[in-house]
Amino acid sequence: MNTLDVRSQLKDSVPVAGFGPHGSYGLQDSLRTGFTSIKNELIPSHSLELSEKNFQVNQDKMNMSTLRNIQGIHAPLKLKMELKAATQIQRLPFLPSSHLALDTLRGSDETIGFDDILNDPNQSEVMGEPHMMVEYKLGVL
Amino acid sequence: MALSSVLQSPAPGFNFDNAARNAALGRNDGGHTPKPLKTGTTIAGVVFKDGVVLGADTRATSSEVVADKACAKIHYISPNIYCCGAGTAADTEKTTDLLSSNLTIFSLNSGRNPRVVMAANILQDMLYRYRGQIGANLILGGVDCTGNHLYKVGPYGSVDKTAYLSMGSGDLAALGILEDGFKPDLEMEQAKDLVRAAIQAGIMSDLGSGNNIDICVITRDGVDYIRPYQESEFTDDRTIKYKYRPGTTRVLTEKVVPLKLEVVHESVKKMVTG
Repeated sequence: MNTLDVRSQLKDSVPVAGFGPHGSYGLQDSLRTGFTSIKNELIPSHSLELSEKNFQVNQDKMNMSTLRNIQGIHAPLKLKMELKAATQIQRLPFLPSSHLALDTLRGSDETIGFDDILNDPNQSEVMGEPHMMVEYKLGVL
Repeated sequence: MALSSVLQSPAPGFNFDNAARNAALGRNDGGHTPKPLKTGTTIAGVVFKDGVVLGADTRATSSEVVADKACAKIHYISPNIYCCGAGTAADTEKTTDLLSSNLTIFSLNSGRNPRVVMAANILQDMLYRYRGQIGANLILGGVDCTGNHLYKVGPYGSVDKTAYLSMGSGDLAALGILEDGFKPDLEMEQAKDLVRAAIQAGIMSDLGSGNNIDICVITRDGVDYIRPYQESEFTDDRTIKYKYRPGTTRVLTEKVVPLKLEVVHESVKKMVTG
């Protein structure tokens, strides 16, 4: 299944220097955003970066399509409805959400993977500024 | 992490922020990246009449240096399943730990001992997901209600199920011994000796394997983890001890400065329990 062309390897969201957290006078803020390299921002530097970012989405797609073929359209419809309802139960972006209903539906409350051990969001080293994070989520930043 | 403040909470799991920097550093340095601790190893397993025997050497190398002479390569997965790991030491450790945790949750939920095929499937899914970046070559062996099983799982998620297996850098030497000496339905002592001879061949023929031999015998009645089963004849006899007794270094002067702390505020809050 190696029919990926270059376009599908691109990152979904390209951070553009100059937007986002501003330096003074609207210039690109190297201290906060770091050095910019167009190549780094377009094509991921690690072969697993994209596949890990989209892993859950791809799994769901695969499972839903199999389910649709076997049981008909009602099965993925019902499951997707429940998943959508469960995804909406969360706190504001800067607070940790437990995703309890979502985990129960997915079955991930009974499995441990690398995303439970590594980079625990409860022990994150960086903190977001609450207003900025909410604005970013609502798209009005 | 280039930003000091973020717009989204960092996603849990692997963090690829430094991948570009590492690639650039590797290029600048002429390709000299730090080498991970590998278990260039010989591991082997044999299915016998009453169960499974797993064997491993105990040397862990970090490029040309022996980093650990008594490394434990046979990992516990569940009371009836053990796993030998070759490849990158940290990867085998963490992968087998995760597998063990997942199977423990399963047995707590269902009240049963997990089956070896379940462990093999979980490993396969996990390793395939990471496309071989997790360098874990594992030999899974165990006894469950369906019989005695031995599985081999490669770093890309390939699974092989046979009655005798060997992996690691010394696998060809060990496989020669296993091919020659294996018969179906061996007795326990014969099986232990066959695995010992296979690991010995790996130790003799491969630089990445050495030191002692560990053996783990899994039967329906229980597990016998013999560590070490055979010790290496070449132990180093250091003539001088490097442990200095207290008082070796003479104390010239001593000055004690008490740190003055004063209680600024004290409050007692009763905890409501029950």
